[in-house]
Amino acid sequence: MSLVNLRAIASIYKFELHRFRRTLLTGLLVPVITTTLYFVVFGGAIGSRMTEVDGIPYAAFIVPGLIMMAMFTESIFNASFGIYMPKFTGTIYELLSAPVSATETIIAYVGAAATKSLIIGTIIFVTAHLFVDVPVAHPFAMAGFMILIAISFCLFGFILGIWAQSFEQLQVIPMLLIMPMTFLGGAFYSVQMLGEPWRTITLFNPIVYLISGFRWTFFGKGDVAIEFSLIFVAGMLAVCLGIIGWMFRTGYRLKK
Amino acid sequence: MASIIDIQGLTKRYASGFEALKGVDLSIEEGEIFALLGPNGAGKTTMISIICGIARATGGSVKVAGHDIVRDYRGARDAIGLVPQELSTDQFERVIDTVTFSRGLFGKPRNPAHIEKVLRDLSLWDKRHAKILELSGGMKRRVMIAKALSHEPRILFLDEPTAGVDVELRRDMWKLIGALRETGVTIILTTHYIEEAEEMADRVGVINRGELMLVEDKTALMKKLGKKTLTVVLAERLAAVPMELAEWNVTLKGDGQEIEYIFDTQAERTGVSSLLRRLGDLGIGYKDLNTAQSSLEDIFVSLVHQEKAA
Repeated sequence: MSLVNLRAIASIYKFELHRFRRTLLTGLLVPVITTTLYFVVFGGAIGSRMTEVDGIPYAAFIVPGLIMMAMFTESIFNASFGIYMPKFTGTIYELLSAPVSATETIIAYVGAAATKSLIIGTIIFVTAHLFVDVPVAHPFAMAGFMILIAISFCLFGFILGIWAQSFEQLQVIPMLLIMPMTFLGGAFYSVQMLGEPWRTITLFNPIVYLISGFRWTFFGKGDVAIEFSLIFVAGMLAVCLGIIGWMFRTGYRLKK
Repeated sequence: MASIIDIQGLTKRYASGFEALKGVDLSIEEGEIFALLGPNGAGKTTMISIICGIARATGGSVKVAGHDIVRDYRGARDAIGLVPQELSTDQFERVIDTVTFSRGLFGKPRNPAHIEKVLRDLSLWDKRHAKILELSGGMKRRVMIAKALSHEPRILFLDEPTAGVDVELRRDMWKLIGALRETGVTIILTTHYIEEAEEMADRVGVINRGELMLVEDKTALMKKLGKKTLTVVLAERLAAVPMELAEWNVTLKGDGQEIEYIFDTQAERTGVSSLLRRLGDLGIGYKDLNTAQSSLEDIFVSLVHQEKAA
């Protein structure tokens, strides 16, 4: 046996993408429709009263926020579901009894979920172009940022999937924590528009830094300096990897 | 024969404090069929789970094909195919996809010919494009065996392979296991059907409350612990056992029509001929005689009882 079980990584990755393909239509239609709805509501209805934010047309301004929001949800949902389902149905026995390391397992599951999340992010980006011209100041940084966000949130979802012991627990964190934090994190407005003390309070929300960083790759400016955004992304990656490492070392909720 | 699995001082204590295994030593020889026999909750599944990597041991060590299951888990798991007790399958997958997936998961290069052979051997080839949820319970069990065999393991674990399977399917399963053994695969099966161990196993281990109570060659075990029962069918009914037969400790059965005498086949004097002589002396006529070997089940029950009494 070779040092790395590449075939196992490929098998799990393909298996997971195959699972996505089974729900391809809804998987791809939903983000397109959601994006369109957001454009109709925010871009059309509100945008007509609020034409510009920080010198950027409002409809274009919300595009990075929309992409981020969709990618947060999709990443968490897909990655958590991917590892929760085998636990729920019992098929996890095979993964646990296979000559597969923790790192290989994570690369495969997180890689597959991140792939789907990136596809959806790209679809929303393309859909947005149907409604509005969106300039991209730093295309490579944009792509890189999307990849980092996809991986970070998929890692987070993976942790959630291992932790969750019911479908309710699986839903509770994305719905009660991530969703409000995203809305309050400046997905649809600039933090600069808030008055004190809300502005300072908002800066305690880590999502602000992620959305701001992504917005920077589009317009060359964000609510906070890009360096801060990168520190937050790196921090999130490190924390998630740390937790996962601990989970596999202790066999937390995976091994009896 | 060389040992392919070597278990030493294996213990497992769950977080609740329950001791599922209390220091098990066992060695499994290459190519044999080993039956692990025990009542529910005896520790059978726990032991298999630890060997296969699903549970962690609290203490002790296990080597599989020379590889330590913790330090060199890849080498150890590479050699093992596991069919757990629960029917856990990816319901929406097709049979051939799920079996091919298993082979990849174990890091083996694609080999459609081998997959075809496994599916044919398990009579699943015709169903290879069916979704698993369309299959019957017996077929799902076979899909799980096919998954376990997909990577050509040297050892196959079957945890309660015939639990909840009807009589005909059970016979099929036995035949299948026999055929697998011919290919050189070492088979470890757990069961609480004594019939199953008796039918197939080369060696039997009896486990109860986390302790391995005995490991013995099946035939030797049956000979060693085997008691025979002599039934004497009488010409005329007896109301009670005559005083003169007290030393044989016989019991009256079948409405006084039969006398039953249990004897040890290994004893120097079985007491059979003296009993028959005494019957003749007493003028008790008999129509028929028959003896029966006690089954593994009787042996098992008596072992578990001894433990309880102790």
